[in-house]
Amino acid sequence: MSSNVNSVQNVIKVALGLCVVCSIMISSAAVLLKPRQTENQLLDRNKNVLIAAGMFNPDVDTNADVEARFSEFDARIVDLQEGRYLTEEEMQSLNIEPETYDQQSAKNDPELSTNLTGDQDVASIRRRANYATVYVLQNDSGEMESIVLPVNGYGLWGIMYGFLALESDGSTVRGIGFYDHQETPGLGGEITNPDWQSQWVGKEIYGDNGNVQFRVVKGGGSGESQIDALSGATLTSRGVENMVQFWLGENGFGPFLENEIQG
Amino acid sequence: MSATKTILIKPIFMNNPIALQILGVCSALAVTTSLQVSLVMCMALTAVTAFSNFFISLIRNHIPSSIRIIIQMTIIASLVILVDQVLKAYAFEISKQLSVFVGLIITNCIVMGRAEAFAMKNPPIPSFLDGIGNGLGYSVVLIVVGTIRELFGSGTLLGYTILPTVSDGGWYQPNGLMLLAPSAFFIIGFFIWVLRNRHDDQVEENEFKMMPHTTETGAH
Repeated sequence: MSSNVNSVQNVIKVALGLCVVCSIMISSAAVLLKPRQTENQLLDRNKNVLIAAGMFNPDVDTNADVEARFSEFDARIVDLQEGRYLTEEEMQSLNIEPETYDQQSAKNDPELSTNLTGDQDVASIRRRANYATVYVLQNDSGEMESIVLPVNGYGLWGIMYGFLALESDGSTVRGIGFYDHQETPGLGGEITNPDWQSQWVGKEIYGDNGNVQFRVVKGGGSGESQIDALSGATLTSRGVENMVQFWLGENGFGPFLENEIQG
Repeated sequence: MSATKTILIKPIFMNNPIALQILGVCSALAVTTSLQVSLVMCMALTAVTAFSNFFISLIRNHIPSSIRIIIQMTIIASLVILVDQVLKAYAFEISKQLSVFVGLIITNCIVMGRAEAFAMKNPPIPSFLDGIGNGLGYSVVLIVVGTIRELFGSGTLLGYTILPTVSDGGWYQPNGLMLLAPSAFFIIGFFIWVLRNRHDDQVEENEFKMMPHTTETGAH
């Protein structure tokens, strides 16, 4: 055996054998662990909807609380172009459902997304899905209490994904939460710091003229539409501002908020 | 010391993969901003090194020398993917923080270096122990660096506040440098200095001799 270990037949035999063993091992692990992984991702996303809406405190609440509280929200699909909710028929013809619709994969589907031109693409995301899932929270008497919008934009190292929750007036911020980002831990990564996020609460996105007035400013940010930038993370802070500018502007949820929420 | 014990203990201080062999420094810079992440990285790397050594040693007599590096890489890569999948399923929060660095264990020189230097020549059990030993050697450095960086960079340890920072209403002004990669270079440098001060034999010989200072004219 050891004398012909370097023969061509043996090279092929060992290579093939190893590939088969390794691929079986990896694919079975992937299949077996898939359900748990998807569950984790979903849980993490939903948790950030709650964090944005101010209904989850990471220090006190546990993952067990997420499911019950998340079920209070009503998921709906918004047509960003037209600025309104999709009707049942439209959703059927497009074959999308609020529970399963994935805005991130729709972004790569030419039929469900739009290319953004240079001056439209404030948040540097290149393409935008035509439809977005929003989460509506209603109070006991059936009136809208809060609406949670998915937002994303390019920071320093990659796209930051998060949720922005607004009060029923469609302009006052209720909270923000980020569930995926690649910013530097300790600097730009502080976008997930609850202390920094808490200053968003109560700020006004829109000014009196209806334009997005929200700014991330260095050194303070005491105005009614200003928050303090993160120290040591100028580009991340700028990315956050651009993200809000884009998603609440005319190519994001702007028309929708004007038509359906602000009334 | 018995042979097994030597294999296991020696890489920790006497033949430390980072401090003496200077392998795997890149990931040591990247993942040590917090102690918890460092710990998970240590466990992942130790497991991968131990098992890849074990499996490679198991089939070492059948590996044709012409494709041995490819075979080693395939085994290491498979194990790393496995670790990544398990982390995503059972430790999601941490796998989010480690992000790409778990995948980069594949390129960590320690794993490949030990496979080539030890596992190809030794039986499975000693190879497995050698993997654990080198993993522990890597871990010692990472834990030291991680502790210092998290404590002085964020004022916390394992997420618990030790030094209350100014932004939380305390007195400690965090050292921002500690959160950036260069600080890990300095700390690893100090670690190597301390280690070589205690173990003289680790000091490398000078590559050239310093000549005595001369004031004679026409010396050059």
